[in-house]
Amino acid sequence: MTQALLDRYHRQNRRRAALVVVMAVMAALAVLLDLMTGPAGLPLGDTIAALTGGTDVPRGTAIIVWEVRLPVAALALLVGAALALAGAEMQTVLENPLAEPFTLGVSAAAALGAATAIVLGLTVPFLPAVWSVSANAFVFALGALGLLQLLGRLRGGGPEVLILFGIALSFAAASLLSLLQFIASPDALQQLVFWTMGSLAAAEWRSVGVLAVVLLVTAPFSLRAAWQLTALRMGADQARSFGVNVESLRRWTLLRVSLLSASAVSLVGVIGFVGLAGPHIARMLVGEDHRFFLPTSLLTGALIMSLASTLAKVVVPGVLLPIGLVTSLIGLPIFFSLIFRGGARR
Amino acid sequence: MSGLSVQDVNVRYGARRVIEGLSLPELHAGEVTVLAGPNAAGKSTLLRAIAQLAPYQGRIALGDEDLARLPANRRAKVVGFMPQTLPSASTLIVLESVIAALRAGGQLGIHDAESRVMAVLERLGIADLALERLEQLSGGQRQMVSLAQAIVRDPRLLLLDEPTSALDLARQVRLLAELRRLAAEGRVVIAVLHDLGLAARWADRIVVLEHGRLHASGAPEQVLTPAMLAQVYGVEARVERCSMGRLTVMIDAERA
Repeated sequence: MTQALLDRYHRQNRRRAALVVVMAVMAALAVLLDLMTGPAGLPLGDTIAALTGGTDVPRGTAIIVWEVRLPVAALALLVGAALALAGAEMQTVLENPLAEPFTLGVSAAAALGAATAIVLGLTVPFLPAVWSVSANAFVFALGALGLLQLLGRLRGGGPEVLILFGIALSFAAASLLSLLQFIASPDALQQLVFWTMGSLAAAEWRSVGVLAVVLLVTAPFSLRAAWQLTALRMGADQARSFGVNVESLRRWTLLRVSLLSASAVSLVGVIGFVGLAGPHIARMLVGEDHRFFLPTSLLTGALIMSLASTLAKVVVPGVLLPIGLVTSLIGLPIFFSLIFRGGARR
Repeated sequence: MSGLSVQDVNVRYGARRVIEGLSLPELHAGEVTVLAGPNAAGKSTLLRAIAQLAPYQGRIALGDEDLARLPANRRAKVVGFMPQTLPSASTLIVLESVIAALRAGGQLGIHDAESRVMAVLERLGIADLALERLEQLSGGQRQMVSLAQAIVRDPRLLLLDEPTSALDLARQVRLLAELRRLAAEGRVVIAVLHDLGLAARWADRIVVLEHGRLHASGAPEQVLTPAMLAQVYGVEARVERCSMGRLTVMIDAERA
């Protein structure tokens, strides 16, 4: 019986690994769709030819693909990946399925940072003006998570304490943001409102490069901690008794989460639900063995954001909707279905 | 054989003293010790302190090794802890949850881990649950999985917090018989039990706590007396031997 059960377990793991590959292929196809979609619709053949450097591609098409659409599509993909991976890790270390960068005030803090740059003109010194809003947002988001960890440690560091501080922080940042909106000039207010809706309109290769580096640096550490994070699903005490240094695991994981979410939000503005929906869908697909759960969350987030990027262009023809609005609109039905599914199970 | 020594242990939750200056006679390898006492006597707290899950002052050592000084991953090889229950909302399957108990602390490669985990699940009679999700198991089944997680690292000290609380009668007997076998293999086994009938039948030694202090310690027939039950639990009780000569505890009434 033992061998038969282990064979079934191995088959199950192969299916999960195949699902990871399928999600990666779907995310790649979603990017392709994103590249084809826009005011000038591009045929699939031309798009692929432009991507692969084909010689018979019209120059205009190559410019549209490489210089206009690919930075946007790549940034959407990476932001989705970063936020969903951050959400997945956050949910595990805070032992709460509702934890994500958005609910813990990271986005609100980033928005407050952006507002201080846009409204007050306070920026990080020695940085080019073009980066000032993102840099401020990054500093505030990272600062918020740092403050959260510090407060949590002073108070004993349990997940409940961190979540409560996160909610308080979120409200505090939102109130200060309202204050800045109140005193902002009409121009600054418009810029700020647009930023808080989340937008890929300002995507450029530099942003893509920054986020790609952050992901490449953090994701391997996430995967290395996969068994420890899996153990934490049995509760902090159990994980401790298995030999996991839970406090250190939480600290390092929240550092990764901080870098991922602060970078993503600072580059594109407030994006809701990806950090929540990505991990939930991944959990339904592959369960909670973090060797599969983390990559599937990452890819699900990438897929959602990529599809949202396409939808943002086609929902109202001729208008590019802020992508934060679209992800929230996709996220809401998923969220409600999860609530009702949970309710039915109880 | 190396036993467990508990010397002058104090545990506080905030300003409240839960365990005060508690020292126990050495608890030997090869024996099953039951921690007994009324609610809030400090049984689970003492167990958690021994498992290094609750902060304490004092010294808790297994043989010559002070458990507080061992790094977490080395301690995990020495100490196995079974909590009262596992989270019910996890989509992990039983097999991977027990593999995680083995691999999270960095022991063994994946293939060795899988075969060792299956051997433990078979030993406990729950191999058929290997591919079930934790959220689909009954409370009793989860408790057996929790035991598997505690023993899979082959610890020398095994700590169990009310291990039979969710088990049916047959599984209670199976678990307690298994504890005796685990002790006979040279382990120190300590379990918190509320059922003194089970304690009388299965324990080599009973340690009775009251208000965070040691009230009594010794073989069941020494410790389980009507006087102790009246004083510590506030009940009128008889302690008699059944037709098979086994010690039986019968509770008649709450003491007036």
